[in-house]
Amino acid sequence: MKIIVCIKQVPDTTNVRIDPETNTLIRSGVECIINPFDMYAIEEAIRLKEKFGGKVIIVTMGPPQAEDALREAISLGADEAILVSDRAFAGSDTWATSYTLSRVLNKIGDYHIIICGKQAIDGDTAQVGPGISAHLDIPQITYVKRIEEVTSSRIRAERMTEEGYEIIDSPLPCLITVVKEINEPRLPSLRGKIKAKKEEIKKWEAKDLEVDPALLGLNGSPTKVVKIFSPPPRKGGQIIEGDAKEISEKLVGLLKDETL
Amino acid sequence: MDYLLTEEQIMIRDLARQIAREKIQPVAAKYDAEGIFPWDIVKVMSDSDLFGVYIEEKYGGTGGGCMELVLATEELSRACGGISLALAATALGTYPIILFGTEEQKQKYLPDLAKGKRLAAFALTEAGAGSDAAAVATTAQKKGDHYILNGTKQWITNGGEAEVYTVVASVDRSKGARGAACFIVEKGTPGFEFGKKEDKMGIRASCTRELVFTDCKIPRENLLGKEGGGFIVAMKTFDQSRPGVASQALGIAQGALDLTVAYIKERKQFGKHISSFQGVQFMLADMATEIEGARALIYATARMVDSGAKKISKDSAIAKLFASDMAMKVTTDCVQLFGGYGYMRDYPIEKYMRDAKITQIYEGTNQIQRAVIAANLLKEKAA
Repeated sequence: MKIIVCIKQVPDTTNVRIDPETNTLIRSGVECIINPFDMYAIEEAIRLKEKFGGKVIIVTMGPPQAEDALREAISLGADEAILVSDRAFAGSDTWATSYTLSRVLNKIGDYHIIICGKQAIDGDTAQVGPGISAHLDIPQITYVKRIEEVTSSRIRAERMTEEGYEIIDSPLPCLITVVKEINEPRLPSLRGKIKAKKEEIKKWEAKDLEVDPALLGLNGSPTKVVKIFSPPPRKGGQIIEGDAKEISEKLVGLLKDETL
Repeated sequence: MDYLLTEEQIMIRDLARQIAREKIQPVAAKYDAEGIFPWDIVKVMSDSDLFGVYIEEKYGGTGGGCMELVLATEELSRACGGISLALAATALGTYPIILFGTEEQKQKYLPDLAKGKRLAAFALTEAGAGSDAAAVATTAQKKGDHYILNGTKQWITNGGEAEVYTVVASVDRSKGARGAACFIVEKGTPGFEFGKKEDKMGIRASCTRELVFTDCKIPRENLLGKEGGGFIVAMKTFDQSRPGVASQALGIAQGALDLTVAYIKERKQFGKHISSFQGVQFMLADMATEIEGARALIYATARMVDSGAKKISKDSAIAKLFASDMAMKVTTDCVQLFGGYGYMRDYPIEKYMRDAKITQIYEGTNQIQRAVIAANLLKEKAA
């Protein structure tokens, strides 16, 4: 079974601060980590490999330093890693990113399952995974919290919804995005870390892919970011006291005043 | 301080640090309170290859030595000096096989120990034989191609949880220390049972039990080294393992200092953080200095051990003595800086002080270390 995991290197937001002047993230000096949701994707891929055999290939699109994230994934048990990096990809939104990654996956070929984290903690869009499946025209199961069964041609998985869960059965190849409930990611092993240090990371640029240059990077991105700002802090709430009748009367009065 | 560690040593340090922070720290208080053996953490350490860092590659380890074990033990002990012992005490029980095992014994036992599939323990101490190791009363009587073990070992770390025991017993009590021999005894051998689990002051996540041998039949091929060589096995084992105990003490002290630095930056008295008081700062500086001194000494000793140096008893004893006395002093001062809160079990700092104490006592009390150091010193000067 060939399993591909798409990961993203993100700033560790537990330490991130926002520049009050520009309202953008202060990235300098902030440690970069594998997007936490992608750790669950890597773990699930390695578990599938341990159960069914085959190999796990990790893909990331990002700047050269994203290689660190790939090496970490190898230390956890992934077999191969590909860094997709080119100035031409700079400024990609979720559309251009998922387009580019879909071409990468086409080039790898013969995959059975593609796994992504449900979203990245920096952009929080949850769009790249589904975008890839759309560009590839393969089925997707998002927010997966449990894989029930995998055969040579099908996957059945439980996906979380706001109200409960759904069980989806899909032919392979299929793309799934996973939530943190799916597993508990392992720590690396010493042998894995030694392997990761030595492993050759493949590097693919735009010229290595069959892509339409007009659809790459900032030019290929329909999203235009006009402004980023911190929302004003929420005002404190109001506590209405009294017995049930008084409270409901006051509440109705207040709601009327708000002309809702 | 940059100790110019190799790439692999840095990996071991970082990996052990990650396990300590992510897996051990959150459960350390629970294991301390309940005194249960941390099998789930042992699984994590074993999956991460930490049990093999001091064992040769051909026996399933990653090929390091004393230095690698020291680095792993130090980092794990920063989070819990009891949980780290599952690894350190296994190493203590494994060293006799590494040092004195035949090729067959190594092939049979080391791979599982290197993977952490089985834990080990070393058994020397008895009710009447601790510092006076030559007074061992457990007997091993030779009968054909077997030995029959009788006697009781006391305060054995990993006792009951480990599956491989290296046990010192006397084959001829009339010869004292020269009548001792060391044997490999597997858990489950008929006549080998466990006594009560001790209720300890500290290192409560580590388990300490009696080993009871009643006509326990051990095959002859389980003899480690020679008949009469048991005392040498014990002494050579301690020479190797003392830097490990020293690193446990070092980790406990560092962990306590880490917590203390964070605390004094939060705690306010007289309208200021107590970290702004010079009296507090001086204590902090002294602790950091003593910790770094111990670390430099331990690393230097471990590297000397790994170089294959023959005469290591004195330096190994110096490292253990200095680091454990340092840890007791530092953890006591850390509790002091936490003040009344430090004395309360709701705060994590008092555990460090309780855990530190044992490092002055076991694997040779610090008085025995001084005796070893002095004896070597006098011998060197005489020559």
